[in-house]
Amino acid sequence: MKANEMSNTVINIENAVVSYREDVALRGVSLRVKSGEFVGIVGPNGAGKTTLLTIINGLGKLVQGRVEVLGCLLTPSNGHSLRKRVGYVPQVENIDPRMPISVREVVMIGRYGLLGLLRRPGERDWKIVDEMLELVGMTHLARRPIGHLSGGEQQRVAIARCLAQQPELFLLDEPTASLDWRAKADILGLVKLIHNSRHLTTLFVTHDLSCLPVACDRVVLMKQGFIWGEGSPKEALTDDNLSQLYDMPVSVVRERRKEAILI
Amino acid sequence: MDLSIFGYQFMQNAILSVVLGGIACGTIGVFVVTMHMPFIGVCMSHAAFAGALLGLWLGFNPLLGAFGVSLAAAAIIGPLADRGELSPETSVGVIFSLMLGLAFLFMGLMPGAKSAALELLWGSILTNTRGDVMLLGIVAGVVVGLVFAFYKEFQATVFHRDMARSVGIPATIILYGILFLTGATITASLRSIGGLLIFSLILNPAAAAYQLTYSMKRMFLLSAGFAVLSGWIGLLMSYLVNIPSGATIVIVSSAIFGIATVLSPKRKVKLWPKKPLPEERQ
Repeated sequence: MKANEMSNTVINIENAVVSYREDVALRGVSLRVKSGEFVGIVGPNGAGKTTLLTIINGLGKLVQGRVEVLGCLLTPSNGHSLRKRVGYVPQVENIDPRMPISVREVVMIGRYGLLGLLRRPGERDWKIVDEMLELVGMTHLARRPIGHLSGGEQQRVAIARCLAQQPELFLLDEPTASLDWRAKADILGLVKLIHNSRHLTTLFVTHDLSCLPVACDRVVLMKQGFIWGEGSPKEALTDDNLSQLYDMPVSVVRERRKEAILI
Repeated sequence: MDLSIFGYQFMQNAILSVVLGGIACGTIGVFVVTMHMPFIGVCMSHAAFAGALLGLWLGFNPLLGAFGVSLAAAAIIGPLADRGELSPETSVGVIFSLMLGLAFLFMGLMPGAKSAALELLWGSILTNTRGDVMLLGIVAGVVVGLVFAFYKEFQATVFHRDMARSVGIPATIILYGILFLTGATITASLRSIGGLLIFSLILNPAAAAYQLTYSMKRMFLLSAGFAVLSGWIGLLMSYLVNIPSGATIVIVSSAIFGIATVLSPKRKVKLWPKKPLPEERQ
């Protein structure tokens, strides 16, 4: 039973400490994620959510602790080979509208790591790229410059780029931030669909609490660099927990919840 | 018009230098412009200038000094640019002023006539030797060869370093590679175009190309083309009207940028997405 559980674990973080100069971003975080899980990560700004994602794909540097991803112990030297198997959708940034790169080319970047140095994308790679664009519903914009797309469209392209990588792990950092409510629901539906149909393991950082019960198997609550609590969406997202997590009186949390439901 | 002058070897050297230097500068310029780091290029060209003057002062090969000091500047600028968490402009600005200060210090310490030093400042393409042309040829070959071989890595790194990293591309090495190539290109072009003027031949043609195309491959070709064209027109004008060639080249490249900006389809960026692309029209 124990051995079976171990073999099922795709992410195993033990006592991870990360610090940027004098700021400690993670203060001894341990987390285990099983294959096929959909985990939501919530918490106030600066809680260490993004940092948690970056230590899983090896971009964040550990001061202490160990991280095992897809059966490999992460070291400073194997990060970039492991990243080829880990899909990461970072937070949206503004892209210069004059940037000379098309949507299709951006999605192809997802294949570049797998292709390796000195090899050019072939017919098969372009076919995968076009399939992913179809999946996220962006085929009609494939040849547009990336900077001309709206925030929601760029987010879809980022997801397509991540999928073109054919990852085993799917890490998303606030994919619904700064989107209108319709686009939020669409992106969430898309992520959930992809998670199920491709048998991925997904970690989803978000501030959008209303979407968590729909999508997640498990919710991890983070605050000030610690994992503050976790459980099923129902267990984790109680009024009491949210009140302590965001330092707000329970009555305010209840009020906000009502408003959110009304909207 | 008497063009028999183009039969002379010094003129042929100048024409070849302009072609090779133009290709190298135009190619490097694409990185500088798409990464939105024009100031880094300015800083490195002044570092190269300071290094060359150090060489002149202490009596070793000025090009060796130029290359060494521009690489040292890259080693300081690289981590600042790579981190991205803070805007590097202020630190790069400080390094830039330091380089300029060092350059004038070395010039002041240098005994005797300053003509060799001033030549590095303004450049003198008409005195280029076959050796200079060879050096420019090697650098242009290396720059174009590397861009060709690692096109996809350069493209991804220039577009978004963190994204490139997250798909497993060694973006940090590529970024340092770009800075290294910038240093090499500036060093090789220093004698022809001059330390003060070289940067405009890197920035202007690429900035002009940036206004005109949404394809990075086309941008490389246009940028190199504009740089060579600026060089040729500048050279011809400087011969015909008897004005300094380096300055003329820079003014012509600025004029090309001006024309490209006026004609740029990107100024109508708001209207653009509504119109279908030729491929989609069919």
